[in-house]
Order: sequence, then C-alpha cells, then structure tokens
Amino acid sequence: MDFRGSEFASGPAREDALPASAATAVKIVIVGGFGVGKTTLVGSVSEIRPLTTEETMTEVSVGVDDVRGIEQKTATTVAMDFGRISINKHLVLYLFGTPGQQRFWFLWAGLFEGALGAVVLVDTRRLEASFDVIGRLEDGGVPFIVAVNVFPDAPTYPLDEVRSALDLPAAIPIVACDARSRASSRDTLLALMRYLYRLSTQSAAPVAASAATE
Amino acid sequence: MTPSPFNDASLSWDQAGPERLYVITGGRGASGRRADVDLITLVVARTAARPEMQPEHASILRMCHSPLSMAEISAYLKLPFSAVAVLVSDLLRDSYVEVRSAVRTDRVRNPELLKAVMYGLQRL
Repeated sequence: MDFRGSEFASGPAREDALPASAATAVKIVIVGGFGVGKTTLVGSVSEIRPLTTEETMTEVSVGVDDVRGIEQKTATTVAMDFGRISINKHLVLYLFGTPGQQRFWFLWAGLFEGALGAVVLVDTRRLEASFDVIGRLEDGGVPFIVAVNVFPDAPTYPLDEVRSALDLPAAIPIVACDARSRASSRDTLLALMRYLYRLSTQSAAPVAASAATE
Repeated sequence: MTPSPFNDASLSWDQAGPERLYVITGGRGASGRRADVDLITLVVARTAARPEMQPEHASILRMCHSPLSMAEISAYLKLPFSAVAVLVSDLLRDSYVEVRSAVRTDRVRNPELLKAVMYGLQRL
C-alpha cells in the first residue's frame, strides 16, 4: 500500500471504482429547494455514498446595505451533492442534487447542458418555491418531470391538485415519491426516463413522416 | 453571502482558501482550462504518479487508475471544480491522462441511449 499521498485525497475505495470499460457518462439533475430531499433521493439509488463537489466564484457586488454603493469582492462557494449508478459496463449515470436559486445556476453554467433531463422535487408545504424552478427549466428547454416528496408529517394532496397549483402543463408527468425508499426513487427516475423516451420518439416521428411523403 | 447548505462544503472551503487555490492552479483561471471537460467527463490515468510531480497532479493520477468523473475528483480532492479542471487540463497537455467525454448534447435525445438507461435503472 502506498501511503505517500495520504495527506491528499486517496480517491474512491476499491469497491467504488468504475470498471475500466466505463466509456460514457450521462447525468440527471434533481432540482429542488433546501430540505426537500434531493440528497436523500440521490443517496437512495446511488451505488456510492453521495459525494459533494463545489464551485467558487469571485464576484464584484455593489453593497446594497452599505452607504454610497461601495464595491465589494465576495467569494461565493456553492456545493452540490451527487451520486452514481452504473447502467452497464460502458455507461454511467450521475445524479446531481441542485438547489433552485438562480445564483446557483449562474455559477454552475453548463450543469443542465447535456443533461438527459431533470426531476423537480417538491414539498407540498412549500410549493411556491418550485414556481421559479419550473419556469426556468421551461425557458431553458430542459425536459423535466415533477416528483412530490411524501413527508410523513405533511398533508397529502391528490396529484391533480398539486398539478393545478403548480400550473403544470398536462404533458408533463407528476408522480408521488418517497425519497427515502430506493424503489420509489428508482421509479421516479424511471418515470422521467419514460417521459424522455416518449419525447425522443415523438420528435423523431414528424421528421420521418415528412421524409416519407417526399 | 450565505454559505452552502451542505455540511462539509464550508469546511473544505476554509481549507482550500483563495491563496491555496491560487498556488495549486498557478494563478490560472479559465485560461488554463480546456473547454471540453465538464462534471461528468471521465478521467483515466495513462501513467503512474511520480514523486517530482505537484502533489495534486499525483493524487489525480493515483485515483484515476480506474475511470473517475471530474465531479468525483473534485469531491475527493476537496477542491472546486474549476481548480480540478485546470489540473486535469495540465495532465491532458502532458498526455498523462486521457478523458472520455460525456455524451454530446445533441445525442442525449437518442432513443437507444435513453432505453439503455431505462434498462439499467429497472435492474436496480
């Protein structure tokens, strides 16, 4: 065993290493407010203990509270928990749990780029926190579904009521989810994948049809 | 500015203060970084770590004897993603690592790819 590097990071435990054949990675983003259960969901299905990556940015901010708008440099650090699922020998799926705030998305520009899609995790006690997120995903053209995390102490509403409260278009699936349960979290991801698959075949269909008529 | 809601992040940020990050990356920001590495780019070492290497470079080579994503490297090194991107770009320039890039944006709507992910999840 080589311990020379032990004052620095040692990397993954042997059982957490990917096979040498792992060639391609894809990602799904789990978006939601603080405490809504993003990391719980990621941890329920991940093959590794959720890890945390972070990004920093130095921004010049004009102090609002300060007199005469004095410029200040602030270092912003934002952390993001993530997990991993080996799909097969070659393909790896990463799940990133992402806060909903705009500041965060600005810092992690490119997080949604190349993502398969997103799951918006909502807490029925704080639905208003999800409006912004849903609007921004729609604007960004990121396909998503909504998952209502079922908290034991929260009132449960029929999904249709949550849908209309969120003003969610009929085409976008909404599912109930228990983020603590591996099966329920997996089913939530599968609901997203089925939706994405449907979208991919729908968008291909008109092209094929027009090609056939030519 | 409010620190991150996650427990470990503020701790590692204290450890990796601006000065340390500056030293690790040689003061290079985005200029020292290749545009094609992102969070899920898989990094694989092509050579063993050597004693004369910068410790962070050596750490990356050691942990990447199996493929490892940039996000995981960042987590294990407790360094921000942008700093890791500079370090991995150095290693790429010297051909000490190879990268296996994420599926291109225009391919994530590929039904075969989506089906493969679905099958994988169903086996969980």
